Amino acid sequence: MSGSFTKATARNIFYGGAAFFFLLFLALTFDSQQALPKRDNSQNLTPQVIRGKYLWETNDCIGCHTLLGEGAYFAPELGNVYKRRGPDFIKAWIKAQPTGTPGRRQMPNFHFNDQELDDLVQFFKYTNGINTNNWPPNIQG
Amino acid sequence: MKYQSQAVAKPYFIAAIGLFIGQILFGLIMGLQYLWGDFLFPAIPFNVARMVHTNLLIVWLLFGFMGAAYYMIPEEAERELYSPKLAKLMFWVFLVAGALTVVSYLAVPYATLAKWSGNGLVATMGREFLEQPLYTKVGIVVVALVFLFNISMTLLAGRKTSISLVMILGLWGLAVFFLFSFYNPNNLVKDKYYWWWVVHLWVEGVWELILGAMLAFVLVKITGVDREVIEKWLYVIIAMTLITGIIGTGHHYFWIGTPAYWQWWGSIFSALEPIPFFMMTVFAFNMVNRRRREHPNKAATLWALGTGVMSFLGAGVWGFLHTLAPVNYYTHGSQITAAHGHMAFYGAYVMVVITMISYAMPLLRGREANSNRAQVLEMWSFWLMTIAMVFITLFLTAAGILQVWLQRISATPMSFMDTQDQLRLFYWLREFSGVIFAVGLVLYVISFFIKERKTANA
Ligand code: HEM
Ligand code: HEM
Ligand SMILES: [Fe+2]
Repeated sequence: MSGSFTKATARNIFYGGAAFFFLLFLALTFDSQQALPKRDNSQNLTPQVIRGKYLWETNDCIGCHTLLGEGAYFAPELGNVYKRRGPDFIKAWIKAQPTGTPGRRQMPNFHFNDQELDDLVQFFKYTNGINTNNWPPNIQG
Repeated sequence: MKYQSQAVAKPYFIAAIGLFIGQILFGLIMGLQYLWGDFLFPAIPFNVARMVHTNLLIVWLLFGFMGAAYYMIPEEAERELYSPKLAKLMFWVFLVAGALTVVSYLAVPYATLAKWSGNGLVATMGREFLEQPLYTKVGIVVVALVFLFNISMTLLAGRKTSISLVMILGLWGLAVFFLFSFYNPNNLVKDKYYWWWVVHLWVEGVWELILGAMLAFVLVKITGVDREVIEKWLYVIIAMTLITGIIGTGHHYFWIGTPAYWQWWGSIFSALEPIPFFMMTVFAFNMVNRRRREHPNKAATLWALGTGVMSFLGAGVWGFLHTLAPVNYYTHGSQITAAHGHMAFYGAYVMVVITMISYAMPLLRGREANSNRAQVLEMWSFWLMTIAMVFITLFLTAAGILQVWLQRISATPMSFMDTQDQLRLFYWLREFSGVIFAVGLVLYVISFFIKERKTANA
């Protein structure tokens, strides 16, 4: 890199390029926000779902599980667990932890009451209703 | 060391290395939990270990960046730091806040911590990498602002080089994008959308400015190549970073509820993201080949070249591997993601921080370079850690391919847990490589304590 291509040119490409693509990103973000209501299942964002999301966060479930493919890879995907297991299984499962099976990966017991378990199930139901462009490839997540 | 106040960098570097050790310890614990699921349960559940592992990583890299800035900016600006006192004070604030956070992760159930720390008022916790309680997040912002004030004042009063401008721009960007960690909408899709404005726009955006500036600074010093040449490279590299990396955020918007057009935007732009990393490699080798002096610090040169190569491999090659939407459909959130995350973080950010420490620490201790013996040991640690990381990545990639095959592609897909049982061999090999990595790290620490041989002085 020499000749007529100077440092000033490079600097201008940097500032110009960064500004242009950041603005383009903002425009795409704006467009996405407009399109979201048709895809993000927000019409089902009930107070119960919101409480469920709060429980999901304050127990750091994401520290073992993925949710829509993001999180940790130690335990199963839960974005589609509502479809995979159904509400009753989910509640029974959470209550029964830890299994205590020697050598098996252990999930803690979070001492949820019945209302909290329902909140979580509703959160999973809401998440399951998000349009993810058909991800995951199959029910196993 | 040209200015007295550069000495404030030293405690930052020492803290960085100390926390690095903690990070690796918890990595090894998790590696064992992958094999014996009930290891240390219920004392340290996996999610707690993971939080400690990743948060320590981020915090020690931040220590490294801040130390680097305190070292670089006075030298570039050709004047003393605006306020060494503030820098020392912020060091202790950050260290105590970081330590308290880690201790609270380990000592209290996370839900209790959330309750105590006022998460009910402003809910920010419980999202990957952003698990810190509110007061820690606020503390990070305060420390960052004071730090930025300090180095910006230094720069404003002194010589403004391109390297220092890029460094400061990157650091301001780091602070600004961190503010999105306070935005946690109830709508999960929006939550995830803006979560990436912290995570992706950090590592594939503003942090690369910091990376480029640190590498450029060390290359100017050890090669003696004309600053104009190096700074031109720097601008071209970071231009490519932001031109590709900002829209490249779209590679995280394939399957989280965002419109399908992101599959095009994200695939195309992120497929170009390896370019700046490749340029970084060429840049490092080119400058070292064109060197005008033989700097006695061979170890620092090795780390600088290593950063070029490994960031390209980890971020560029392993990033490209799974960044196209049709591939990512199968690999999303698998061990392949973990493989890439490890080599990219190590190759880019861990290595550049160590490059800076390797260059600056001898000077901070009053010599241009360490003794030959110390450097040889440091180079051993370079090879052990780097090769171990290559193997960690390879084994996780193998595990990931098998996982995707059994669980997502096969005509009779296995459940997640049954699949995991099939991957044990690779998890053993990963843990074994992790132990080698830890040995490399121990040697690295020892290399700081190697004295000149008595006979050499006589
Ligand atoms: C002794 C070596 C190490 C071992 C055994 C180890 C192990 C692990 C494990 C088991 C996880 C959790 C994966 C999961 O969610 O299931 C993890 C996550 C992570 N580790 Fe390490 N680690 C080691 C070293 C490192 C190093 C040196 C770095 C940084 C350069 C690092 C950065 C990360 C990151 C960024 C994540 C999150 C990955 C993601 O979300 O995809 N680790 N590590
Ligand atoms: C130094 C730079 C980089 C670092 C430190 C880094 C680190 C990471 C980490 C830790 C994750 C996992 C995030 C999570 O836990 O969900 C990730 C995901 C990802 N990265 Fe990078 N990355 C870098 C550069 C790149 C580049 C240049 C590309 C593309 C060429 C790329 C492509 C991807 C993709 C596609 C994912 C999503 C994986 C999935 O769907 O599960 N990365 N990266
Ligand atoms: Fe990314």
